[in-house]
Amino acid sequence: MREGREVDSMVLRMDPSTDRFWFWLAGACYFAGLVLGTAAVLRRRPHSRGLMNVIVVVGYVLHTYALYLRGVEVRGCPIGNPFEIFQFTAWSATSLYLVVGTTFRISLLGYFTSMLSAALTLLSLAMPAWDATHRVNIFGGNAWIEFHAALALFSYGVFGLLSLTSILFLLRHFSLKNKQLDGTFAFLPSIVDLDQIGYRLLITGVALLATSLLVGASWWVRNPGAVNPFKIAVTVSIWLAYATALGLRLRGRVQGKRLAKVCIALFAAALLSLSLITPRRPATGPASVPSSQP
Amino acid sequence: MSSPDVPPSLFVVGASHQTTPIELREQLALTPEKLAQLHDAASRLAGLRELAVVNTCNRVEFYGVATDAAAVAALEQEFCRLSGFDPATFATIRRMADGSDVIRHLVAVASGLESQMLGENEIFGQVKSAYEGAQQRRSVGPVLNRVFQKAFQGAKHVRTQTAITVGQVSVANVAVELAGTIFGDLSETRVLLLGAGDIGEKTAKAFQSRGAGSLTVASRTLARALELATEFGAVALPFEQVSQRLHEYDILVCSTAAPHAVITHAAVAAALRRRPSHPLFFIDLALPRDVEPEVATLENAFVYNLDDLARIAERNRAAREAEVARARTLVGERAEAIWRQVAPQAGGRLEAR
Repeated sequence: MREGREVDSMVLRMDPSTDRFWFWLAGACYFAGLVLGTAAVLRRRPHSRGLMNVIVVVGYVLHTYALYLRGVEVRGCPIGNPFEIFQFTAWSATSLYLVVGTTFRISLLGYFTSMLSAALTLLSLAMPAWDATHRVNIFGGNAWIEFHAALALFSYGVFGLLSLTSILFLLRHFSLKNKQLDGTFAFLPSIVDLDQIGYRLLITGVALLATSLLVGASWWVRNPGAVNPFKIAVTVSIWLAYATALGLRLRGRVQGKRLAKVCIALFAAALLSLSLITPRRPATGPASVPSSQP
Repeated sequence: MSSPDVPPSLFVVGASHQTTPIELREQLALTPEKLAQLHDAASRLAGLRELAVVNTCNRVEFYGVATDAAAVAALEQEFCRLSGFDPATFATIRRMADGSDVIRHLVAVASGLESQMLGENEIFGQVKSAYEGAQQRRSVGPVLNRVFQKAFQGAKHVRTQTAITVGQVSVANVAVELAGTIFGDLSETRVLLLGAGDIGEKTAKAFQSRGAGSLTVASRTLARALELATEFGAVALPFEQVSQRLHEYDILVCSTAAPHAVITHAAVAAALRRRPSHPLFFIDLALPRDVEPEVATLENAFVYNLDDLARIAERNRAAREAEVARARTLVGERAEAIWRQVAPQAGGRLEAR
């Protein structure tokens, strides 16, 4: 157990042996991407996609290293407190951007990913209380539970990217309806491409979270008392909400602007739910009760 | 006559849309045969060391290296003889420059800064073809090789570092660009041309040239629709079926002469219900309008009329023009840098003419 503030004071002394030092560096990279994108938007010029990708990749590498250090320290996937969950979600969103953004060459998605990752990493770094306690070996060596939790958080990263794509969709829709096509709007992807990418992300996120819940459920039925029912209810509700949105999209009942707004609202709800289902208890030692979070 | 004491001079002489009215410009452009004859004649001109001819519908310009002004005058006379142009008239429209001004002019031309449609892309390819043609005829040497190659680099720099090529400036191209912002790749899109207006045809052609998936033509008279469909290599659709089959198309280019709207809110709403996640794009080029204004209130319908497209084209044109000063500064910087490299070989001045 360590106090976040103590660790941050070490960062000021540039101590690379601490994971928070690397988290700060990763956050700084994402912030640099945010500054690059914002400057381009203000100048109404496209930012350099190559430079943005380099910044995001460097941030991602540093972020991966920081999570690795933390993982070694807590002897498992580092998702044991709000700080780690925010970091892991940001890392998941960036991982997906590196696949989706470069495959589909979506303009501005790198900027928005930088924005999301910078917000999640720097916000959690600025809240020492979120990282006041480390729960070591929270999965009790159970690889399936660890897989379940990591997969669930990874699906949150997918939903994070989906919310960014939804924001781009709403901006493109606004620009087309209002005939505002120059300036920053000129760099937005086509509305059909955004709709397709959003749809695929929604399917991916729902499938990942479903898999995570199935893995978690298979353990929970054998140990029903080990998991907080409230936590299960919240997580299942999030999945149900996304699955319903997907079902309605498949049937053509909710699509376009409405679906984009729903996806943004659901991600906000999913982020808020993390604070409800994340354990706040101090560390209980290496063999603490396995968690089925989020 | 070349003199060993006089350093050769880089020059450009020619005429373009900037100095020449269209009725004279029609006579300016050289046919490939005449161009070959001119090159043959030029190769026999004493004092003319290198030559490249930029020959487009809007400009005929001779870039060369000469050791005396008489060679340039002889080249002009040869051009007038071959094209049948009156030498006295040519003297009133032609512009001439030498030294670094030649390079400045060439970079500006290749950048699209001197084009009738500011920032257009085609000129770059035309200048490149002119240079390649001259290379094949072996009429370019060390000076023009360097000047043209560096000018291409300079023009690319100007085009990428400024916004002079950003945004389309014709109604038809604006419509196609807009379709790209809705559908992305146009190769899967189905275009319906409704009516046989001239601007509608131009827009349909623009869609075809940009690789639209398929084109269907509907007109009040089926015979006219069939005629147009044959011309475009498209399919004809009876006008009465348009409303029922609206959902089959992605882009509608409307340019009928109907006195009232032919695309109703109810028909579009019904079509969108059958394709809930696919937008419909209406390009209404007709006056009075073919598409009911209420159609624009439907979430997945995007309606642009002639005024909207003209406004976008005008805004793009203004944005390009706003970049001209910056582009000219870049052209000047590049031209000076190139000139420093070629001045030792072609730094002489032609006699005052």
